[in-house]
Amino acid sequence: MSTEAPATDAPLSPDPSGWEMVIGLEVHCELRTATKLFCGCRNEFGSPANTNVCPVCLGLPGSLPVINQMAVEYAMRIGLALHCHVEPSIFHRKNYFYPDMPKDYQVSQYDQPINLDGWLDLPGGTRIGIERAHMEEDTGKTTHVGGGGRIHDAGYSLVDYNRAGVPLVEIVSRPDLRSSADARSYVDELRSVLVATGASDGKMEEGSLRVDANVSVRAAGSAELGTRCEIKNMNSLRSLGRAIEYEAARQIALLSDGGRVVQETRHWNEAEGTTRSMRSKEEAFDYRYFPEPDLVPLAPSASWVAAVAYALPPMPAERRARVAAATGLDGDSDSVVTVVRLDLDSFVMAAVDVGADGALAVRRLANEVAAHLDGARPLDPDAFCRLLLLESQGKLTTAQAREVLRRLLSQGGSDPAAVAAALGFEAMGAGDLGDAVDGVIAANPAEWARFAAGEDKLQGFFIGKVKAATAGKADLKAVSALLRERRA
Amino acid sequence: MSGPAGGRGPAVELAAGVRSGERRAIDALEDYLVAIAEGDDQIHAFNHVMAESARAAAAAVDEAVAAERDPGPLAGVPVALKDNLCTRGVPTTCSSRILDSWLPPYDATVVTRLRHAGAVIVGKTNLDEFAMGSSTENSAFGPTRNPRNLDRVPGGSSGGSAAAVAAGFAPLALGSDTGGSIRQPAALCGVVGAKPTYGLVSRYGLVAFASSLDQIGPFGATVGDAAALLDVISGHDHMDSTSLPSAPPSAAARLSDGVEGLRVGVVTELTAAEGIAAEVVARVRQAADALAAAGAKVEDVSVPAAVYGLSAYYLIAPAEASSNLARYDGVRYGLRVPGADITEMYGQTRAAGFGAEVKRRIMLGTYALSAGYYDAYYGQAQRVRTLIIRDFEAAYETFDVLLSATTPTTAFEIGAKTSDPLSMYLSDLCTIPSNLAGHPAITVPFGTGTDGMPIGVQVLAPALGETVMFQVAAAIEDAARAHEEAVR
Amino acid sequence: MSGMPARISRADVAHVARLARLDLTDDELERFTDQLGAVLEHARDVEALDTEGVPPTAHPLPLRNVLREDVVTPSLDRDEVLAQAPEAEADRFKVPRILGDA
Ligand SMILES: [Mg+2]
Ligand SMILES: [Zn+2]
Repeated sequence: MSTEAPATDAPLSPDPSGWEMVIGLEVHCELRTATKLFCGCRNEFGSPANTNVCPVCLGLPGSLPVINQMAVEYAMRIGLALHCHVEPSIFHRKNYFYPDMPKDYQVSQYDQPINLDGWLDLPGGTRIGIERAHMEEDTGKTTHVGGGGRIHDAGYSLVDYNRAGVPLVEIVSRPDLRSSADARSYVDELRSVLVATGASDGKMEEGSLRVDANVSVRAAGSAELGTRCEIKNMNSLRSLGRAIEYEAARQIALLSDGGRVVQETRHWNEAEGTTRSMRSKEEAFDYRYFPEPDLVPLAPSASWVAAVAYALPPMPAERRARVAAATGLDGDSDSVVTVVRLDLDSFVMAAVDVGADGALAVRRLANEVAAHLDGARPLDPDAFCRLLLLESQGKLTTAQAREVLRRLLSQGGSDPAAVAAALGFEAMGAGDLGDAVDGVIAANPAEWARFAAGEDKLQGFFIGKVKAATAGKADLKAVSALLRERRA
Repeated sequence: MSGPAGGRGPAVELAAGVRSGERRAIDALEDYLVAIAEGDDQIHAFNHVMAESARAAAAAVDEAVAAERDPGPLAGVPVALKDNLCTRGVPTTCSSRILDSWLPPYDATVVTRLRHAGAVIVGKTNLDEFAMGSSTENSAFGPTRNPRNLDRVPGGSSGGSAAAVAAGFAPLALGSDTGGSIRQPAALCGVVGAKPTYGLVSRYGLVAFASSLDQIGPFGATVGDAAALLDVISGHDHMDSTSLPSAPPSAAARLSDGVEGLRVGVVTELTAAEGIAAEVVARVRQAADALAAAGAKVEDVSVPAAVYGLSAYYLIAPAEASSNLARYDGVRYGLRVPGADITEMYGQTRAAGFGAEVKRRIMLGTYALSAGYYDAYYGQAQRVRTLIIRDFEAAYETFDVLLSATTPTTAFEIGAKTSDPLSMYLSDLCTIPSNLAGHPAITVPFGTGTDGMPIGVQVLAPALGETVMFQVAAAIEDAARAHEEAVR
Repeated sequence: MSGMPARISRADVAHVARLARLDLTDDELERFTDQLGAVLEHARDVEALDTEGVPPTAHPLPLRNVLREDVVTPSLDRDEVLAQAPEAEADRFKVPRILGDA
């Protein structure tokens, strides 16, 4: 265990210009199987401690692993979605002592992983190489007691093996990322790919997705790779971004000072906002890998791979392209990316199918609907479409439509017209609106004269008066059109 | 010599008697329990005698017979289990302090099969700690003695099981064989012992020593008994990924068929080799002559790579063992020696819990897998394994079975080799190649040496060649009997 | 292929003992250095074999794709599991504090 004085550890806001970050990410994705990778225990988050355990996942003497077929299928889905080759593969043992690992070795794929050599395009077009996506087993969960829960200060630790043996796919990117924003965008996009495959629930907060970052820096324009550090323990996209920024700054400070970066694993401390060395160097890389003799090789048949590929649903990039084609919007725009990432693109397609305004649908979904995603009631697609039609036909104003949508999201319902009526929103005829505008003009002759003379800022004054006169029922776009018409 | 199991020995006769209602299982059991009570103080074949549960099992068999339910093929036959086979709620120690007071929460698959076959499990037998050894002197509970001469070792590591059968404490016993641990003690104790084809018998519940070599196999006083026991325990098990899916060959099918026309090769490298005593070679030659006299075609054959077996084995087996034995860490079960932190607890627990031979092999294996040496040691040993398999397969193009010595000498004196591990390792010279190849082999007693101690002759067969292997073994057994009678 | 390393040293044995979490006495270190040296010396004769182009056998069986269905089977009773633990607390296995990489 190497220790470092915090003083040398803290970057002194070095000058980042002239430096380039090189980042590769390792994303551990828990698979949504019913059971663990090598035994029939439930793969379930939040069960009472040590209830989902058996001789196999507890590593009891004499127990043996048998591979879960669904885990293999999910791993293949992930690989295919990331444009990898599915290869014959074998499992190795990675030997090291740690109490969260019941056998004191982890069964993991090593030099013959199931998925090799693919890529993921980020929105905006940057292509990130995927080196591999291999299968392995998860570890148990350790709780540190005393010392504020920090591992090194704790009095003792407690271990729950419910998570031990849960199937993981570890997706290793090439060092193609160049900023923390890139890294966040990659994880965001990868998460939505993983969810789309059905292999993952994408819940970072439950640890279903865990990200380690390999960070190095080099002189801008250099083609050589610097010495990297592996950063662990980031549990949100925000901490991923912060940890990368901190670590790059630390390395730049070191190198600027004539120092050297030591290859090591570093632990992100969320509270302190720093990374800290965690593994002793001389042992960290001596895992004594060897082929797991209790398992036989995996060699998915071409027909199995083809069947998995065939059944794969469309991935986010393709779905964004579909939304773009249907709405005329830019597929890489934030609102389209958001709609697909939140799995709301089917609403857009449904809206377009019934002749509603697709771009309007995207706007409503990326704003109102996205803001209410954890609302108690699911949105009825049919109701959503009819609401859009009411709005584009001018039967509801923008403000009214938004309010109706909020009601549908918070209270449910399948008839937006009825919700509008209940709210007292009546469609205002064009004639009624004209009368209201004329009434306001008549009541404010001085202001009208100035507006008519070209003082445009008075438009707001008149809109406000009309809105008041109609108790908010007026479509404000129609009001401004009428005002300009009257002035002409 | 009749019936499906050949009717050759006491176990199959006992089962037949119990099944027909002529004999009661409980009476037979009591006879054996008396023998154990009177004799095991001297021999120490057992770590644990399961008198009460055995009585309950025997009573259940008698009840089944009385109720005219099928009590199973081994009805009422007492069977001793090597104490590295998991038995639910019954201590399973591997003759190690580190498994102190551990009670497995499950039965090994072979144990379940024995119970279903009506066998009565009488107890757990002594072994070299974690099956590492060739004399049963490496037991935390003291050595087992050879029933033929209490100053001699019974061989090992399944010395307790071999001694139990030789002493008449049980008609049948199970052992495990990683490099000869069934065949070597069987030969030294003058009983029959067989290592089946790798994958024929489920390893689920066998505490692992070297996973790619370990196989459970039978001990019996006769070839027919060993065959009957093997036929009960062999067959596919979905809990063991290395279990063969095909229907197992019958060991007992052709015991009475003779050897007319069979082609038998005497392996020169494992018979007339350096270190193999002349009297042992003479017995192999006598057995070969007897087979020839019975109509077999007998010739010498060379299996050149076999001589590298021992070296390859002492790299492969410790490497796998070092990983298999990592889990004994004082966290989940077994011994714990307290420590100020977990590293100290691990180091102290393992130092106190393992004996010298286990430590030696863990270190040998850790070294062989360690960074930089993997390819030179483990990798090269695995390639040698391929050469050994190729050479055996070439021999089996010409021969149905092969013949060799089982052990280089008769049983040595207790303490003679304990300070020189390498000389102890050499006693597995002839048995190891079958483990590396995954092929079956059996030892049959054939006379004695000048010291009056038993000598075994080994029959080797290709993968899944159990039927012909037992057929030839039965012929050798007949010849040995005839030989004995002639000498008298 | 790389050749076999030089004879195992006392420092090698100490390193390996640490990797294997075995606290050895000085006497044991001494004895094991000799004994491991002798066994490894014997192992050197595998070096003499030409294995150029010979694939390693990790396993004697030609089996592939041994898989089980993703179906839940009963887990163990927690009390029975924890009863085997040298120390337990709050339904979990209790271990001394973890320093560094354990
Ligand atoms: Mg990993
Ligand atoms: Zn389990």
